[in-house]
Amino acid sequence: MRRASIEELLGTNKYEVDGGEPHIVIDKAACARCSPESCACVKACPAGLFKIVGGTIAFDYAGCLECGTCRLVCRQKGIRWDYPRGGFGVEYRYS
Amino acid sequence: MEDVFDAVVVGAGLAGSTAAYCMAAAGLNVLVIERGSFPGAKNVTGGRLYAHSLEKVIPGFATEAPVQRSITRETLTFLTEHSAISVDIASDKLLEFPSYTVLRPEFDAWLAAKAEAAGAMIVSGIRVDEPVLREGKVVGVRCGEDTMEANVVVAADGVNSLTAQRAGLRQDLEPGEVATGVKCVIELSRKVIEERFNINERSGVARMFVGECTKGLPGGGFLYTNLDTVSLGLVVSSAALAASPHSLVELLEDFRQHPQLKELLEGGSVVEYSAHLVPEGGLKMVGTPVADGLLVVGDAAGLVLNTGYSVRGMDFAVASGEAAAKAVITASKTGDFSSVGLSSYVDDLKQSFVMKDLETFRKAPGFLGNRRIYEEYPGLIEEMLLGVFGVDGSPRTPMRKIVTGAVKDHGGAVRLGRDLLQGVKSI
Repeated sequence: MRRASIEELLGTNKYEVDGGEPHIVIDKAACARCSPESCACVKACPAGLFKIVGGTIAFDYAGCLECGTCRLVCRQKGIRWDYPRGGFGVEYRYS
Repeated sequence: MEDVFDAVVVGAGLAGSTAAYCMAAAGLNVLVIERGSFPGAKNVTGGRLYAHSLEKVIPGFATEAPVQRSITRETLTFLTEHSAISVDIASDKLLEFPSYTVLRPEFDAWLAAKAEAAGAMIVSGIRVDEPVLREGKVVGVRCGEDTMEANVVVAADGVNSLTAQRAGLRQDLEPGEVATGVKCVIELSRKVIEERFNINERSGVARMFVGECTKGLPGGGFLYTNLDTVSLGLVVSSAALAASPHSLVELLEDFRQHPQLKELLEGGSVVEYSAHLVPEGGLKMVGTPVADGLLVVGDAAGLVLNTGYSVRGMDFAVASGEAAAKAVITASKTGDFSSVGLSSYVDDLKQSFVMKDLETFRKAPGFLGNRRIYEEYPGLIEEMLLGVFGVDGSPRTPMRKIVTGAVKDHGGAVRLGRDLLQGVKSI
């Protein structure tokens, strides 16, 4: 079985994406205090949703697995985190 | 809704649905609010439910519940880059301690339906935004613009425990007291699974892995056989992960490609990828699971035990749900829903295996934080066994020298002695 990329793995999941309301919001001011190379969120997010683009953090909540790791590891306490609104987000079928 | 419920349960996982089932069966008016579009849609397990506590609540449950396979083989494997060294028991005797592999979407939906059949009202697709407090006492929950009032709120909302936090009962989790788990469910045909794992149509295997699979980070791997799928995953300390160059996805994909696993999984296709936090602080992170009008159960209360060779959360969740239900039933008779009136919950937990086992293994989280377990000792065992079994015609070394050489190469005898002693005291 060949290696899969994170995009392929996330692509196996079923999501009901909430277009109206992101459930995770990054405080850009807090982010600015963090050096991009050492951002804990980038390393720890199991869905690889935090990326460094042009020296700042880019984040896409659509593939979120709703674990909560990013909120806990952020040293700047710069992640406002909630579960998606009812009925939205990932919908597990096997886990 | 104008009515005041006897209890509102936040979350239809195992703790919440067990609590709801027991309370409804005793005639209480119970509302369960689940944020997923059905009970189980948000829930993740590594894979195995120890049956004893649910057996007490619903005797013979496994004959009707959607369980996958009954575990008849347990394996603990130390992994190095090339080798897998295992302690393995395959035995019918394991059936005397029944445990089953389960998939949470189907299993939790079944348990919630049992609670519903007992008289509880289950509402899915609704997120509880916060508990409602009046004069310091929890009196209900708010969902958007609706408020549901209840004598008691049972917070069964999982490891992130937002309800208990927002009620002021718990602080947010520390990265050092949780682990991040990832899992992929791999589809293989039933016949292939049974042939490769040497099992029959109902039996299954549970495997734990230590070492190379986490590249030395505190944590481990797991593999469970389901009927038509295999659950394969890793659980790694969230704090260690945040400071490591490795990502969980890379670790998981390396694990899947390990020579000892690759052939077991060959031809399979990933049908789902999930992640979840695991409370791993042990006794220290449990805190107070009761406040005025509020009980906290299951993962939300930190009720998980990791000893390194077994991880238990679901059997604790069920037992805590049952204990919480008993406390609410008692309080409903006296009308005292304060923390004092609900305190039998804590007494019940203390007298049950839940707190007793957490107490017994209170030193396990400290011991399992020792990196040598993951970085050094799998290699030590590999070197010893290759020395013993590798015959090539060159003059043989006596076992005594093989062992002392391997110990010297992997941290030395003093450290090993100290770690072994700590291990004996902890797990």
